[in-house]
Amino acid sequence: MLFRKFSLLVYALLILIPIVVVLLTSVKTLQETFSDPLGLPDGGFKFDNYIAIFQEQTMAGYFLNSTIVTLFSVSLTLVFAAMVAFGISRMNNWIGNMLFGLFTLGMMVPAQVIMVPLYSLMLDLGLTNSLVGLILVNISTTLPIAVFILTGFMKTLPKELFEASTIDGAGNWMMFTKVAIPLSLPSLSATAIFLFVMHWNDLLYPLLFITDNAYKTLPLALLEFQGQYSTNYPMLFTGVIIASAPMVIAYVFLQRYFVAGITAGAVKG
Amino acid sequence: MRISKSIYLFFLPGLVLYSLFFLYPTISALFYSFTDWDGLSEAFQFVGIDNYTRAFTGDSIFQKTIGNNLKFMLTVVVFQTIVALAFALIVIKNTKTNVFLRALYFFPTILSSVSVAFIWAFIYDPSMGILNQMLELIGLDFLAQNWLGNANIAIYSLAITQVWFHAGQMLIIFVAGLQAIPEELYEVAKIEGASKWQTFKSVTWPLLAPSATIVVAYTTIQSFKAFDLVFAMTGGGPNNSTEIIATYIYEVAFRSYQFGYASSISVIFMVIIALITYLQFKALRSDRVSY
Repeated sequence: MLFRKFSLLVYALLILIPIVVVLLTSVKTLQETFSDPLGLPDGGFKFDNYIAIFQEQTMAGYFLNSTIVTLFSVSLTLVFAAMVAFGISRMNNWIGNMLFGLFTLGMMVPAQVIMVPLYSLMLDLGLTNSLVGLILVNISTTLPIAVFILTGFMKTLPKELFEASTIDGAGNWMMFTKVAIPLSLPSLSATAIFLFVMHWNDLLYPLLFITDNAYKTLPLALLEFQGQYSTNYPMLFTGVIIASAPMVIAYVFLQRYFVAGITAGAVKG
Repeated sequence: MRISKSIYLFFLPGLVLYSLFFLYPTISALFYSFTDWDGLSEAFQFVGIDNYTRAFTGDSIFQKTIGNNLKFMLTVVVFQTIVALAFALIVIKNTKTNVFLRALYFFPTILSSVSVAFIWAFIYDPSMGILNQMLELIGLDFLAQNWLGNANIAIYSLAITQVWFHAGQMLIIFVAGLQAIPEELYEVAKIEGASKWQTFKSVTWPLLAPSATIVVAYTTIQSFKAFDLVFAMTGGGPNNSTEIIATYIYEVAFRSYQFGYASSISVIFMVIIALITYLQFKALRSDRVSY
């Protein structure tokens, strides 16, 4: 029993200590970090790093880019995936099954496999250095997992509901918006959170397609701080905190949904 | 019941995007893998299976890369599965403390790989890093290391980071699997006088097999795809000792502009992933039982 409690504490500390160190380091100077990496800052917390990072970097711009890309990627992936899932579950024949197979095939192909041809395609279409380009790629690469989760859910919806609405004269679109979507809200919200985390944190596509500072998202910008600040951990950690803040705040309030959403992605992916 | 033809319209936006930005690149990876395209010029030539021959016989870095990937994968799969399962067994009940602990253990999952990379770069830092400081504090300074700079251990240092990053997520999957096991089975085992180990062996483990399949399969695939973390922490160095297939593809394509060759490695990568997924599901599925 004691050993169990001790193990739980050790694991908890393995998560907590890095969090505390990141927070503390961000309010220390570089000298303080060098001389006493784990200690408290002398003479209180200093927020100079936060001011400096906004002065030296176009932080607000990166933040805005990440927000735009994430919001559009998540919402459009959800809408398109829900439409496909609805189509598949309504058709319920070989064409539907084939399309389901085609989409889920995409879960087997890692993003890194297509990075080379995708890069040349984006170049040809003039979609590099463009937020629209990033959004289109994000949607396309996360459709398979979203279609998979949502189809699984929509297939469990009672057929009678759809049949009843057909008798009432509802067309497919009406059935989709008035019956399928409202009933799928639990599955949609879990998928939304899964996508939210994925798109907010994505590094690969911005790394491939964005070179212009005006279009960089937070993870890419953060990565490049490393080149600039080297081992200036106070600045790097300030960046980490700013980039993670929305996700962490959302996690604190929507914890249960996060756990459900990300786990659904894993279990079904 | 007849379904109106308008149902096909529901596939339109998804299918167009998926075909253009996913299926088409996947197929063209296969196509380019038989060429010597540099990614920039208009012209390229077909070189047959030269790229594949080169990967398997002429490219020692690629072979090293596969070895690195296996070391990384095995370390992550073993440690992550053990940690996740061991802790899931402790925090299985939905008490207030356990719910809090699960949420805490899960926390790293929501961070970006770049953030995790920076945090662990600081932990591993040879001069001011937390790890070396701790070792010094408990009198084990002889173990202090340049954790990411030593070519012999860097890949394992990365694997540990990956476990820290994702074990919490796997723990949650195990908790869900454990909670689905009917309480009566444990009661029966208790009445029959089974020991703790016997109960685990004949009740918990067989019924946990589906969750274990998911965890092992997901962890394996995830460890092959750990591009972001490796790229941000070591960039494949020192001396290619942490180069994994994914980072090597990037290296070959975007640093030495051999798109044709990079495509052939991508295809090999795809085959490896498909093979592993297939084998795992086959192997683990036979373990499944129902009571």
